[in-house]
Amino acid sequence: MSGLLQEQIDERDREKLQNVGFDLEEKERSATFTLMNHDEVVTTKKEPGVELISIARAVEKYPEIEAKYLWKLVEKGKDDYTRSAAGAEKLAGYFIRVKKGHKAVLPLQACFFIKAERFKQMVHNVIVMEEGSSINIINGCASADYVNAGMHIGVTEIYLEKDSYLSYTMIHDWSEEVEVRPRTGIRVEDDATFVSNYISIKRSKITQTNPHCRLVGENAVGIFNSLIYAPESSIYDVGSTVWLDGRNSRAEVVSRAISGGGEIIARGELVGNRKEVKAHLECSGMLLSEKGYIQAIPILHARHPDVDMTHEASVGKIAEEEVYYLMARGIPEEKAISLIVRGFLDTKILGLPAFLEKEVEKTINMLENAF
Amino acid sequence: MALMGFPKYTIKEGTIIFRGTDITHLPISERAKMGIGMSFQRPPSIKGIKLHGLSELINWDTGNGKNIEYYAHLLKLESFMDRDINLGFSGGEMKRAEIFQLLLQHPLLSLIDEPESGVDIENLGVLGRAIKKLLHKSDRYHQRKNAGIIITHTGFILNYLNADKGYMLINGKLTCSGNAREMFESIQKRGYRECQDCFKNR
Repeated sequence: MSGLLQEQIDERDREKLQNVGFDLEEKERSATFTLMNHDEVVTTKKEPGVELISIARAVEKYPEIEAKYLWKLVEKGKDDYTRSAAGAEKLAGYFIRVKKGHKAVLPLQACFFIKAERFKQMVHNVIVMEEGSSINIINGCASADYVNAGMHIGVTEIYLEKDSYLSYTMIHDWSEEVEVRPRTGIRVEDDATFVSNYISIKRSKITQTNPHCRLVGENAVGIFNSLIYAPESSIYDVGSTVWLDGRNSRAEVVSRAISGGGEIIARGELVGNRKEVKAHLECSGMLLSEKGYIQAIPILHARHPDVDMTHEASVGKIAEEEVYYLMARGIPEEKAISLIVRGFLDTKILGLPAFLEKEVEKTINMLENAF
Repeated sequence: MALMGFPKYTIKEGTIIFRGTDITHLPISERAKMGIGMSFQRPPSIKGIKLHGLSELINWDTGNGKNIEYYAHLLKLESFMDRDINLGFSGGEMKRAEIFQLLLQHPLLSLIDEPESGVDIENLGVLGRAIKKLLHKSDRYHQRKNAGIIITHTGFILNYLNADKGYMLINGKLTCSGNAREMFESIQKRGYRECQDCFKNR
């Protein structure tokens, strides 16, 4: 761990950070960005093709980016949260640019951490994937054990130029009274692929997010996977909206949501605007408690006769016959239930490279005690 | 299913004694731990649980991966180990996976529900041989420790292993017992009706 990071992270926060996939040793990471409340640290840049600086520094260094990338994919006046982010005194967040043709070997990691009670963290991130580039980015969002209430507003604008690939993974681990309001806009050009993995299986007061993705290019691909567990008294309103504007563009939205007593609204909205687009939406929900609530809202809009759009939605309790089946193999009931729940939150659907999948799996296993 | 303890079956009368212990009210998993295993007629598929992962959990010889490898090979399941349990499996593949799991569990009493249904001849051979192994049918009589009850509608499984005893169950009643192969041959020739009539006339 670099000295800078060492200073920032005290012993008691370490576990929380590891829970959200943060590699403190930074061995397997190309670069690291941490935001503690509003204090930024950027460390270890191993690959020259990957540029990572704070957004404030980026605006200073490259004055043109403000007009080019800021508030272009997310509207300033969209809601109270974007307005408050737009009006924030300090611009906190990262600017990531993967240079033309650079295929990053190691993933880049970012961490957004709230370590003061009632802190309102406001973030603005920009990612630019230049032509033919590719990278995996892992974002860990968490609050310290000793923090109960707080707020995280994160505006993220992601640009995928021609033939680029971005796999963007978010793992959340907040506290009981933390409000989470990410606002994300993505623009995908010709032959480029954007993969979003959203994992949140811990308590928060409310998490509300609905990334807007525009597949503007020919053969553009947008994939949105989410694994959600809502414990009692938490609210999750999560979904994704994808516009398929490019010819032969393709979108896939898959969510697995489990309510352990909390409320989940799983949204998915796909808009087929051009011919030969293909889109699929899949929401599976599992209710473990009578106190829980799940609402699946899949919406398909077709604006051309030659589109192929489908959706599947299902909500139910845990299948008893599956529990009995495992019990007949000598597995006690409680363990059988946790195996099924864990299986339902299948990391295989994320389409991550093997080593990252393993890490995410480890993270989910660590959080497993939650259910 | 009642012996295994599935809650949809209520025991109205009597008790189930297994190796001297009353298990009438024990949960399914306790019975399994005592040595009762079951091959399901229609096993459920479970998303996200891989056959390999489950194998490790139920392997009686804990930590012995060779065991798993050996039985996976025996049942031609090598390419299924990394798949979700039973998801998209054919009839024969499901049955093979069931017997595979039983071999790993190593139960003293195996309850095998219709091993032949939905299985082609080739798979039947594989299954028959594996069940023979499971029930120690090739071992010397006094060395055999594992017993089994096989429910069959077609009797084809008898072509691969012989049962010590056959029982006829018609409309929920035990109507006849005897040499399984003889009973099977008689049914093949004259159908179940004769068994029924024979029972009535007794």
